Amino acid sequence: MGVRIPVLLSCITIFKNFNIITDYMEHQTFGGEVTIPHHAPTDESKKRIWKTTIILSIITMIELGIGYLLYLTEFSHGLDLAFKGVVIILSLLKAFYIVSIFMHLGDEIRNLIMTIVAPLMIFIWFIIAFLYEGASWKNLRNEYNPKEPVKYEQTTTPSHEGGLK
Amino acid sequence: MAQAAAVNTKWWSGGKSPFNVEYGKLMMWYFLMSDAFTFGAFLISYGTVRMSSVSWPDPNKVFNSFPLAGHANLPLVFVSLMTFILIVSSVTMVLAVHEGHHGNRKGVVKWMFWTIIGGLAFLGCQAWEWHHLHDQGAWWGRNPFPNADGTVATTNFSNFFFTITGFHGFHVFSGVIINLIALIMAQTGVFEKRGHYLMIEKVGLYWHFVDLVWVFVFLFFYLV
Repeated sequence: MGVRIPVLLSCITIFKNFNIITDYMEHQTFGGEVTIPHHAPTDESKKRIWKTTIILSIITMIELGIGYLLYLTEFSHGLDLAFKGVVIILSLLKAFYIVSIFMHLGDEIRNLIMTIVAPLMIFIWFIIAFLYEGASWKNLRNEYNPKEPVKYEQTTTPSHEGGLK
Repeated sequence: MAQAAAVNTKWWSGGKSPFNVEYGKLMMWYFLMSDAFTFGAFLISYGTVRMSSVSWPDPNKVFNSFPLAGHANLPLVFVSLMTFILIVSSVTMVLAVHEGHHGNRKGVVKWMFWTIIGGLAFLGCQAWEWHHLHDQGAWWGRNPFPNADGTVATTNFSNFFFTITGFHGFHVFSGVIINLIALIMAQTGVFEKRGHYLMIEKVGLYWHFVDLVWVFVFLFFYLV
């Protein structure tokens, strides 16, 4: 998941070119804040919405396709992990499209983008450290305190009584 | 292009908002950032526990039902439906924001209405799924599903599933309420009197964030 940051950083460079803040536009005042219109609403922005919708749908369908592939086929452990990695990258791509187009973060000025994105970079450490810790915990336990796994028996059918006991 | 003008603008010379956004919208962004940390912490703790487990229940064997389909084995089908419902309601939301830019009250009301319908449909799906899992004996502290390797699983799986999808579902629920309030305000002409539809943009940010979180819940609970 550490891929999120380079993806978002590239978003900033991409959208610098899209930046439509212009000086010649008149200032406007919202609730006492003097701001400059981000962009004049045009048919162009509606086209962008539909394009993003299609992209999001296609990515989701690819993800589902990989999900079914993993379900129907027995892959080796390495290949299985590789496919899961692809799905994770595709999800980050989806997140990027939602944030930059639907939430219009890509249209905001760079300083604002950075105050949102920079603190989130702590996730890089957060994810690596904690997942590494979890895996290490498993390995140490298997090495020093191995337990015979309890096999699941279908004799006791799942309870149907319902209600929180 | 306009890029040169943007670079030369002195945002910090005073007299205007240095981030070029209205206060409420900026604060919505910071709230969403903190909310991202909350969900991130949830999902990472889930990942950590899953990594520390020798085996884990197979989502394709747990989530394989569809309403009225009886015992048919349909992995991923229902959750795909939920995912597409949320994507579509995100699109209708962004269309409402778009109409708001034009100051078109009717358009805003129309798309807000469909967004709310999408949110309610998603909540309905989630209610059905929770009910179904509960029927099968899953709840906080109870897990009837075996691990993928055939061993008995701990209750971690159900605990994380119900906690995280529940927290997300609560966000969807509060989003629907907020959208409803915004819809009523748009319909009664509150925003028209204000002269702008910025509130729709702020509500929209929250709604898109809910969709964003679902991308990762969908990924880590159902896909991988």
